[in-house]
Amino acid sequence: MAISNVAIAEVAPASAPHVVLGRKTAKKKRVIGVGGWILRIGLTVLFLFPILFMFVSSLKPDQQIFGDLSSIAAFLPIGNISMDNYAAVFDRVPAARFLVNSIGISAITVAAGILVNSLAAFALSRMRVRGKTIILTLIIATLIVPFETLALPLVWWVNQLPSFELTEFGFMFTKGWIDTYQVQIIPFVANAFSIYLFHQYFESIPKELDEAARMDGAGWFRIYRQVVMPLSGPAIATVAILTFLPAWNSYLWPLMVVQTEELRPVMVGVQYFFQLNVSWGEVMAYSTLITLPVVALFIAFQRSFVNSIASSGVKG
Amino acid sequence: MTTTIERPPAVPAAGGPARPIRRKRDRTSKTENLAGLAMLTPAVLLLALFIFVPAILAFGLAFTNARLISPYPAVFVGLDNFVRLFADAAFFRALLNVAYFAVVVVPLQAGLALVMAILVNKKVRGTTFFRTVYFLPVVTSMVVVSLLWLFMYRQDGLINVIIDRVTFGLVTGPDWLNDTATSMPAIILMSVWQGVGFHMIIWLSGLQTIPADLYEAADLDGVTAWQRFRYITWPGLSATRSLILVTITIQALSLFTQISVMTQGGPLNSTTTVVYEAVESGFAQQETGYASAISLVFFVIVLLISVVQRFLSREKA
Repeated sequence: MAISNVAIAEVAPASAPHVVLGRKTAKKKRVIGVGGWILRIGLTVLFLFPILFMFVSSLKPDQQIFGDLSSIAAFLPIGNISMDNYAAVFDRVPAARFLVNSIGISAITVAAGILVNSLAAFALSRMRVRGKTIILTLIIATLIVPFETLALPLVWWVNQLPSFELTEFGFMFTKGWIDTYQVQIIPFVANAFSIYLFHQYFESIPKELDEAARMDGAGWFRIYRQVVMPLSGPAIATVAILTFLPAWNSYLWPLMVVQTEELRPVMVGVQYFFQLNVSWGEVMAYSTLITLPVVALFIAFQRSFVNSIASSGVKG
Repeated sequence: MTTTIERPPAVPAAGGPARPIRRKRDRTSKTENLAGLAMLTPAVLLLALFIFVPAILAFGLAFTNARLISPYPAVFVGLDNFVRLFADAAFFRALLNVAYFAVVVVPLQAGLALVMAILVNKKVRGTTFFRTVYFLPVVTSMVVVSLLWLFMYRQDGLINVIIDRVTFGLVTGPDWLNDTATSMPAIILMSVWQGVGFHMIIWLSGLQTIPADLYEAADLDGVTAWQRFRYITWPGLSATRSLILVTITIQALSLFTQISVMTQGGPLNSTTTVVYEAVESGFAQQETGYASAISLVFFVIVLLISVVQRFLSREKA
């Protein structure tokens, strides 16, 4: 910042500033403006057209997908348009089951994540707990560990954990979490970054509110539920989105820990399309099917999405 | 849980006024402490169970012959896994590939993201539209993006058809993913396409912390666009910059999904990565001990890089 201030001071004679902006600079500015628009539109084509291509191709038979490649028709829903590929997808893959699994897994991870992480952040931010500085430091320390470095020891570990099943005779303990729903949910509920985000947000809520509530005889849990959480909408939205995206998109983890077809999430389902002859129309239909829910959410909650990504910028 | 905090007694009893108050406060802070611990327990327990334990296990298992599913208990084998690892040509190829990927992706993605952030930061018509479109690949899962590009990269796929059209048939595109010379560049291009919108948003939030009056002052002086960037924007982004470098680097080193969907490390190991090798040995071949050794080396590299990068960016700022 210091550098910039000096530089500005140097080129800033405080008098008659508008004269400096001569015809030449104005022209130059216009050139830059035009260049900017060319870039904007070029980038739009670059980012939008592949996605458009995916969607449009999902409506066409394979032969036509290849036939249309060499013309603009590749990006237009014209010709032999039908939902046949979608019907075929449901025949080839238990797509409905995968979708239900992913929706369930993501929803529970998000809901449990909001509860567990906000409770922890509440205690760390607003209560006098012994050793909380150490706890907070340890939690923040886990942020530097990418999940991929822990994934393989974690597979071995979850395979050792006890699991209990409900049987007709009551409970039964079994060894290993492999091939369950819980293995796709529970390891991802507690999240250091979510705790951090809630903590930051809670710090901005005046503590006088707690004191007032306590004067009125409210307990800590009630302050959490009725004072702090209702004021934390933006933080909840951020955490929800940042938990939802990886949950919905998870691929590496379920690939390793779920073998039973009925328990699989959507992303692992892509494997089914490369077993026999590949039908690209079906691949595009399945891709569209598993992308649409996220894109719909994104368009509906655009501002929250952008804010949540921006807030992950404080991670460093 | 319902601890009531009463006002301290208004009239202190004759004798020791301080004592009853303190005792009262001690009791409330004790319940506060307990309530706080109760609220912390679920998160701390889960983090311990699924981050700290596997981290410690990575250290432990790397020195054993543990297998994913085995009737025999794991046996301590000393440095065997590491000896094997450093003699493993595929692992070195993976390290090299990941380094190559990171060295290209980091400046490319960070630079393009910055250009895009500056473009959508201007208050012109349609800014929200552009922002949304640039961000669209980010909300599309990497699995889906990989599938889509798998098709576009075919010998007779969309990209080669466009190359053919644009050059009037003079240039025939390569078989991108099946050629050792183009497989990694192809993965790089696609990864940047998918991830750049994410970092655009992060740059954007950095840009918006730069005070507008700096720009206003500069405009009055008629500085060039480059001067604006060089003396206002760039210094104002120093914190964002180091963050973006660290996150893109670590993301780049963790490369897996694209490889798994598109190339399975091929052709001839030209796209294999550290995480892909770890999954191959730890999951496909069930050699948890060996995979833990890979994970451990990977973790040390990530740690070193984030420490070095933080150190460098701190010195500059």
